[in-house]
Amino acid sequence: MSDFPRTPPRYSATFTPAVNAEIRRAAATGIYDIRGGGTKRHLPHFDDLLFLGASISRYPLEGYREKCATDVWLGTRFAKNPIHLDIPITIAGMSFGALSGPAKEALGRGATEAGTSTTTGDGGMTEEERGHSKTLVYQYLPSRYGMNPDDLRRADAIEIVVGQGAKPGGGGMLLGQKISDRVANMRNLPKGIDQRSACRHPDWTGPDDLEIKILELREITNWEKPIYVKVGGARPYYDTALAVKAGADVVVLDGMQGGTAATQDVFIEHVGMPILACIPQAVKALQDLGMHRRVQLIVSGGIRSGADVAKAMALGADAVSIGTAALIALGDNDPKWEAEYQALGTTADAYDDWHEGRDPAGITTQDPELAARFDPVLGGRRLKNYLKVMTLEAQTIARACGKNHLHNLEPEDLCSLTIEAAAMAGVPLAGTNWIPGKNGGF
Amino acid sequence: MQTFDLGAEGLRALNSSLHALKGQTNMTAWEVINPKGAHAIAAGVDAPVDITVRGSTGYYCAGMNKQATIRIKGSAGPGVAENMMSGTVIIDGDASQYAGATGRGGLLVIKGNASSRCGISMKGIDIVVHGNIGHMSCFMAQSGNVLVLGNAGEALGDSLYEARIFVRGSVKSLGADCIEKEMRDEHFLIIEDLLRRGEAEGKAKPEEFRRYGSARKLYTFNIDNASSY
Repeated sequence: MSDFPRTPPRYSATFTPAVNAEIRRAAATGIYDIRGGGTKRHLPHFDDLLFLGASISRYPLEGYREKCATDVWLGTRFAKNPIHLDIPITIAGMSFGALSGPAKEALGRGATEAGTSTTTGDGGMTEEERGHSKTLVYQYLPSRYGMNPDDLRRADAIEIVVGQGAKPGGGGMLLGQKISDRVANMRNLPKGIDQRSACRHPDWTGPDDLEIKILELREITNWEKPIYVKVGGARPYYDTALAVKAGADVVVLDGMQGGTAATQDVFIEHVGMPILACIPQAVKALQDLGMHRRVQLIVSGGIRSGADVAKAMALGADAVSIGTAALIALGDNDPKWEAEYQALGTTADAYDDWHEGRDPAGITTQDPELAARFDPVLGGRRLKNYLKVMTLEAQTIARACGKNHLHNLEPEDLCSLTIEAAAMAGVPLAGTNWIPGKNGGF
Repeated sequence: MQTFDLGAEGLRALNSSLHALKGQTNMTAWEVINPKGAHAIAAGVDAPVDITVRGSTGYYCAGMNKQATIRIKGSAGPGVAENMMSGTVIIDGDASQYAGATGRGGLLVIKGNASSRCGISMKGIDIVVHGNIGHMSCFMAQSGNVLVLGNAGEALGDSLYEARIFVRGSVKSLGADCIEKEMRDEHFLIIEDLLRRGEAEGKAKPEEFRRYGSARKLYTFNIDNASSY
């Protein structure tokens, strides 16, 4: 040994221990990593925006005295029976199959008590959800599992799913551990197989066909139901414009922070755009067509708080949707199950192997014993509380900006903390009037 | 017989009238004239009535049909009888893409040829095609039966689940995980029944058909099968 100082061990910024661990895992197993949830990478997000608040040029509303309304109408363009929600925070589509029956019930209970809607998912409509959800959006997916005209007619709205933010261009996935007898029966599949549903609709391709598909669904449901079109955040300007052209009442836009029950990690982390970059493009498409506010825009992907709700709406959304946050509110990833998370080789707040169906919280599972741990009444109450808090938070911000309705929030109420967020959101960098790319945008 | 002039009265009026029919209706015979390729004709009917469309139809004729017997005296556009639940749809001419897509029950009879993706993602429907079927037919077909008196195009039954496919003529190629399977007594009975109900009695004999089904090798992901997907 020499007495000269030695260079300390230095980790590569490219080949980090986490990267190397994944290479070793891939080499040992021969299969890509599958997991649930949305992207975990750091992205420009709503945290990079701030509200300016009132000042001399604008005056605020009294926090506890002056009204700040929160209601929203969805589906006013063509539907005979548009939806009226008390709050602009809806529950995103999550399938029975991915979630247990009691978890779906809890979503219905909580949303109904808070005055909002829930959405079915890639497994058909369950009695648990229809029975407890006053306003239920029925997803029309490429797989068409459980699809039937009776459920279409007892839905309050229909959401044609073209894609989702976690995997734009990908289809559903539900692995064998969660294909129980009931799930298999609802999907017309053999029990216990790895179910990989189609990424494209079986009977239409492209916007011209979509227009005809929407016509068919309207005819079957007597033109009563609002028809949403959901897209993943990939090309939001064109997708929004094409959805409007095809006759959508509502466009649902899901950024890459949006979760999934199961898909390849490489897909979740490397395909799609953050919601912050998506909203202004979708709003611009609606404005260019003269349809902003006439076709409603619901955005999702990483909505966590009333601040996120307010920021999304200030950028031009009519409402937001939550999935992952709703599961956390129900009790998913709760540290009280830490010992069991450890036994699964993970830790609370990092557990994402939802596809394995061994969720200690009993939410993302079809195992009867695990599912029995979850109390749908208590879960519903927790979700209601969370939705109420988010609404109060959004109202607090809106009043501070002098707005008597959440819909009156506007981009002028915002500034950006980073150049990236300024460019993506189209909001000036704080302390400047600079919006990168404004005179040569997308 | 109720005669409905689609050209004069419009699609909404037609489908409203048909949706108003309930199980005990005595208005059981309907005729639609001047269809002129309109879309969504008689979509979402839920009553045991007979509807004859005199001419060719556009997309999604008889979509999600329940109980009704719908005859198309012409050819049908894409997605005819898509997601049919029950009842019968009979097409005198040819059918375009996705005929019977995701169908969950009932019987679809195509007396001419069917284009590509016939029976895609089918979930229990029975389909009888007197002529040929196009490429990628029965893609991801989950359950039900398809009987083809003619030939099948490329990639038949790709990623098939538990649907049964019977083809009398040639098959250009089989899709991933689709294989020829032995004909057993039960299959001859199924074919005999389909020939009878599919108005093809005397046109073919059960023993002239070959059966295709899933090898079930892709039911559980295995990296060694990756090139098959």
